[in-house]
Amino acid sequence: MPAESDGVPTHRGDAARPLRNLWRLRHYLRPHAVAFCWLLVAALAATGASLAVPLVVQRVVDGPVARHDPGGLVRLGGLALLLGLAEALLIFIRRWAQTSSSVGMEATIRADIYAHLQRLPAGFHDRWQTGQLLSRVTSDLSVIRRFLSFGLLFLVLNLVTYVAVVVLLVRLHPTLGLLVAASAVPLFLISRRFGRYYHAASRRMQDQQGDVATLVEETAQGLRTMKAYGRGPELAARFADGARALHDTGVAKSRLLARTSALFDLVPNLTLGVVLVAGAVAAARGALTIGELVAFVSLQLMLIWPVQSLGWIIANGQEAATAADRIQEVLDTEPAIVDAPHAVGLARAGVRGRLAFEGVSFRYPGTPAPVLRGIDLTVEPGETLALVGATGVGKSTLLSLVPRLHDVSAGRITLDGHDVRDLRLASLRRLVGVAFEEPTLFSMSVWENLTLGRPDADADEVRAALALAQADFAYELPWGLATRVGEQGLTLSGGQRQRLALARAVLGRPALLVLDDPLSALDVHTEALVEAALRRVLRDTTALLVVHRPSTVALADRVALLERGRITAVGTHSRLLATVPAYRAVLSADPAPPADAGPRAGAALAGPDGRGLVRS
Amino acid sequence: MTTTADADANAAGGTADDAERHEAAAHLDLQRWRGRATDPEADRSRAEEATPEAIARLRVRSRALLRDLLRPHRGRLGLAVGLLLAQNAAAMSGPYLVMLGIDRAIGPLRAGDSGPLVAIAGAFAAATVVEYAARRGFLTLSARIGQAVLLELRQRVYGHFLRLSVGFHERYTSGRMISRLTSDLDSIAELLDGGVDSLVLAGLSILSVAGILLWLDLPLAAVTLLAFPFLFLLSRWFARASAGAYRRTREAVSLVIVHFVESLRGIRAVQAYRREPRNQRIFAAVNDDYRQASLRAFRLIATYSPGIKVIGNVTVAVVLGYGGARVLGGAMEVGVLAAFLLYLRRFFEPMQELSQFYNSLQSATAALEKLAGVLDERPGVAEPARPAPLPGGDARGAVEFRSVSFGYRAGAPILSGLDLSVPAGQTVALVGATGAGKSTIAKLLARFHDPDAGTVALDGVDLRDLADAELRRAVVLVAQENHLFSGSVAENIRFGRPGADDAAVQAAARAIGAHDFIAALPDGYATEVRRRGGRLSAGQRQLVAFARAFLADPRVLILDEATSSLDVPTERLVQRALATVLRDRTALVIAHRLSTVETADRVLVLDGGRVVEDGPPERLTATGGRYAALRRQWRDSLV
Ligand SMILES: Nc1ncnc2c1ncn2[C@@H]1O[C@H](COP(=O)(O)OP(=O)(O)OP(=O)(O)O)[C@@H](O)[C@H]1O
Ligand SMILES: Nc1ncnc2c1ncn2[C@@H]1O[C@H](COP(=O)(O)OP(=O)(O)OP(=O)(O)O)[C@@H](O)[C@H]1O
Ligand SMILES: [Mg+2]
Ligand SMILES: [Mg+2]
Repeated sequence: MPAESDGVPTHRGDAARPLRNLWRLRHYLRPHAVAFCWLLVAALAATGASLAVPLVVQRVVDGPVARHDPGGLVRLGGLALLLGLAEALLIFIRRWAQTSSSVGMEATIRADIYAHLQRLPAGFHDRWQTGQLLSRVTSDLSVIRRFLSFGLLFLVLNLVTYVAVVVLLVRLHPTLGLLVAASAVPLFLISRRFGRYYHAASRRMQDQQGDVATLVEETAQGLRTMKAYGRGPELAARFADGARALHDTGVAKSRLLARTSALFDLVPNLTLGVVLVAGAVAAARGALTIGELVAFVSLQLMLIWPVQSLGWIIANGQEAATAADRIQEVLDTEPAIVDAPHAVGLARAGVRGRLAFEGVSFRYPGTPAPVLRGIDLTVEPGETLALVGATGVGKSTLLSLVPRLHDVSAGRITLDGHDVRDLRLASLRRLVGVAFEEPTLFSMSVWENLTLGRPDADADEVRAALALAQADFAYELPWGLATRVGEQGLTLSGGQRQRLALARAVLGRPALLVLDDPLSALDVHTEALVEAALRRVLRDTTALLVVHRPSTVALADRVALLERGRITAVGTHSRLLATVPAYRAVLSADPAPPADAGPRAGAALAGPDGRGLVRS
Repeated sequence: MTTTADADANAAGGTADDAERHEAAAHLDLQRWRGRATDPEADRSRAEEATPEAIARLRVRSRALLRDLLRPHRGRLGLAVGLLLAQNAAAMSGPYLVMLGIDRAIGPLRAGDSGPLVAIAGAFAAATVVEYAARRGFLTLSARIGQAVLLELRQRVYGHFLRLSVGFHERYTSGRMISRLTSDLDSIAELLDGGVDSLVLAGLSILSVAGILLWLDLPLAAVTLLAFPFLFLLSRWFARASAGAYRRTREAVSLVIVHFVESLRGIRAVQAYRREPRNQRIFAAVNDDYRQASLRAFRLIATYSPGIKVIGNVTVAVVLGYGGARVLGGAMEVGVLAAFLLYLRRFFEPMQELSQFYNSLQSATAALEKLAGVLDERPGVAEPARPAPLPGGDARGAVEFRSVSFGYRAGAPILSGLDLSVPAGQTVALVGATGAGKSTIAKLLARFHDPDAGTVALDGVDLRDLADAELRRAVVLVAQENHLFSGSVAENIRFGRPGADDAAVQAAARAIGAHDFIAALPDGYATEVRRRGGRLSAGQRQLVAFARAFLADPRVLILDEATSSLDVPTERLVQRALATVLRDRTALVIAHRLSTVETADRVLVLDGGRVVEDGPPERLTATGGRYAALRRQWRDSLV
């Protein structure tokens, strides 16, 4: 993960050691090591049994049957039956063991990736597309599972077979045997070349799978916008591009595999041809008996299948390797926001709630200019401070620093004198109740949405929070609080969503309330009711509010004006209104342009020429 | 919900071990967590009912879909099979030629005649080359067919998802849509990857060997036939059990995906509310469910395949006994028995391959069923078969609601008998308490939903009779929950009118006062806004969405709280721009800030799904009804 990269991560696996990341996943194998040994043994034994059955049958035919010995027929026939049953049983054992260990491993890795993703901060998730992450926990993991349950096993089995047969061949006839052994050189070269190309193609394919998943995810989210503008054809074309890229890579990949597989077929056949000619010549000279030649060739035929399947196994292995690269990219990203070693927890009861920003600066990674520079601001215990500023000035950014969704770039934020970075994350976030400007609801029951941070809340607490947010409508939903709200809460009205989010923030009486424009979607009447209720709560809770509407400013004891990354004025609403023209400009309903509206960089007051107030 | 506190503490580390996971899975009440859906058909397409008939129907449909997808490739499939046969013939001839060489070439060679050896070596070389070329050709061709089928299927399903109504997507959820288009397609890809190969080869060798067996010895062949009822019973058991098992894996994986996608999308809330441990437990539960479903499905094949082996090996033993007895009785030659036994093995070996193929087929069919279910879904808000044109070509923009009733659920009407007529060019403001149904009206006018009764008409034409493209050109809704696609700012604005050039995009941004902030972004208009516009502030997102609507330049513009996150001066600027734009357009403006409302030609006050006040703002203010009260309250709150 490039720490400072913008956009889609481009980190590639270590080209020199393509299997490194796959190897690093080995500790997931450890709990299944015994099962794995068993299944290897079972697989080898099953192979043995399957070789033995025809031998026994042959013996029956040559022996008892030919000699008219019914007793022998029964005995050896019984043996053949037993061997046959044993073979099936061994196969059953192998497949059974294989299934549980590979599926178990897949689930374990998936859960670990998810746990890790939850620890990674908002900055990481800003940069990574959900579709890319999703394809890692689905497609990539199943590739690895397939490798562990088939590829790896057959790799081992086939290698064992190959070596055993070659050893037999060399013992049978050293010259010809070594000739066959020498065919391993082109095989090796082909494999290496194939592996290299296939590695790249496989990675490309997996990335493209992630892209397609991303496109789908985005379509699902932007569906209403798509419908509103009738942009179905454009999105379909965009998707077609992604799907076609995937198709093209798939075809290119299979062309590689086809060429190599055919080569893996060709090499043993050519060797066979050479052996045939050389053997025939040798036999003609009398250096080899015909029987020996027959035996040699029959043995050599046993090599064809293990070599042939090599292409498929290497392909599978490379896919697993790139899948492991992609997974490790995520697992290797250190969570940037974690508990410090000496971090302490604060008990709710002991917190007074004095929040101070001391010289706080913040810059989003990958952007040239800081959003916040040297913010000094104190919110006294129990005080309500409203943060006011033009669109895009950095208010939401400032709020996100309090629960450490981002960490400050310089300076510090303290709660009751403790640097927030010295508090345990869980403890800090327990103390802070947040409502974002976009109410984030999940498709689960209303209850579960409300008690997101307080799973132990009881019905009375929930009722109180709902009452405060004027969100009693929740009880009137078809199944009351057990009703599932649609994805992102979209089966509720805008104001209903916002009130639920507010109720969630105040539930459980946090020591510090951080509310981002909490009443923007409410009508005047409801807003007044919520304000009245909120005022009671805010009397003894420290609160930091972002406010756009003059009406909401009334909730605040003091107001701070954020301009160009700095706090330029702090005071009561009426004082600022009277003395700070910039403040009046941002908040006043009076359409007359204030005195100081000059063409400041990006912050000029709007005129008919379309110059905006919005900062970037 | 009572045991959570301590369990959360346990799971906080994240990498909980297996035992703990199982425990978590057992304790967590998933039903309670997810809540009850208001629609009984949530989570699935309509075709996927749980009744046996519905399942059988879907199964038939999914097989039909597969055939339908393969049909255009018939020619190429035939060619592929031909290549496969050629490859196989060449491969078979190799050992034969070797034996021929040993039998026929060594003698002459001893006599100094290398002719036969050269001839046989030449034939061998030719066979090798044919095998190489045929194998390469077959693998390439079959992969091409497979990829083409996947491409077609992927596009077909995606296109269909786009056509389905907002209502469908609300109950189906995006996670499920993603799972259909990713994970389900993966399992179909698995079938296409290796399917043709094993099916054709195995089928072929079973048939030919069966022929040889019959020819070798009829009574023994009859004994062999005794295996078939067992094979049939075993296969039927597997077919039934695995169909259900794979169906369950498809459902289980989509739950994993739903939870994964949703919780990562809301990661800020997850972290701010310390939701991680509980999420982890939920994930563990759905993940474990998926693990068990896969395990069950894989165990079925782990039983089926050795089961076939048992039948094969038992048959070999029985044939050996019976054949041996016949030889002992003198009814049969030893050589025939030996040959029969050899071939018998080659009869049962490909059955293993067939069982693998059958397994992939079952898994792919379960996925295909899901896709067929989606493709079967008729769009709830369908395009008319024969669209009616707007009178006089272009839209003028007169909007009419005629006794419109609508509810998202049966028995819970949001609007009942709404009548509303907006002449072309009028700007109408809609006010009312939250949850009154304002956005619902907007969504009806944008035809996200169709009314349950009554009609919504544009220039006298029922929206249901308008072609989608025409409707969208005429009517644009800037929804309360605006969405930016990842891509540049310019691309997002251009979404309003895909053909627009850069100058037009900039002009639109300038007109609403977004130009300055965009120009000051690091890459200006080319700045990536990232997922859902996360690179921008909320207000900036609204401005971009606004510029987009501005660029689209429709006859009827619906603004649903489109300026709610802007600061007051920016909002005022947007309003000023609007005043010029909307002069000759029809507009429906929904806003809680009455400053926006004041500029409208007409105000409608909505309450309980009915219009309770209707008139120009000044008149309503003067008559002293609800609007006047609201306005007073709002005025008082201002500075
Ligand atoms: N993830 C990000 N990466 C880079 N820049 C960002 C990111 N998020 C926001 N910004 C930029 O930082 C600035 C401050 O954004 P922020 O969301 O804090 O503004 P805001 O004051 O809350 O505005 P609004 O009133 O519109 O909500 C904006 O100019 C925005 O473009
Ligand atoms: N997709 C939906 N499915 C089910 N019910 C819905 C859906 N959308 C809205 N509702 C319900 O319909 C009612 C009206 O919602 P609507 O969004 O029209 O309100 P609104 O007037 O726009 O409110 P707001 O001012 O809060 O945006 C609400 O009770 C809401 O819960
Ligand atoms: Mg903001
Ligand atoms: Mg609304």
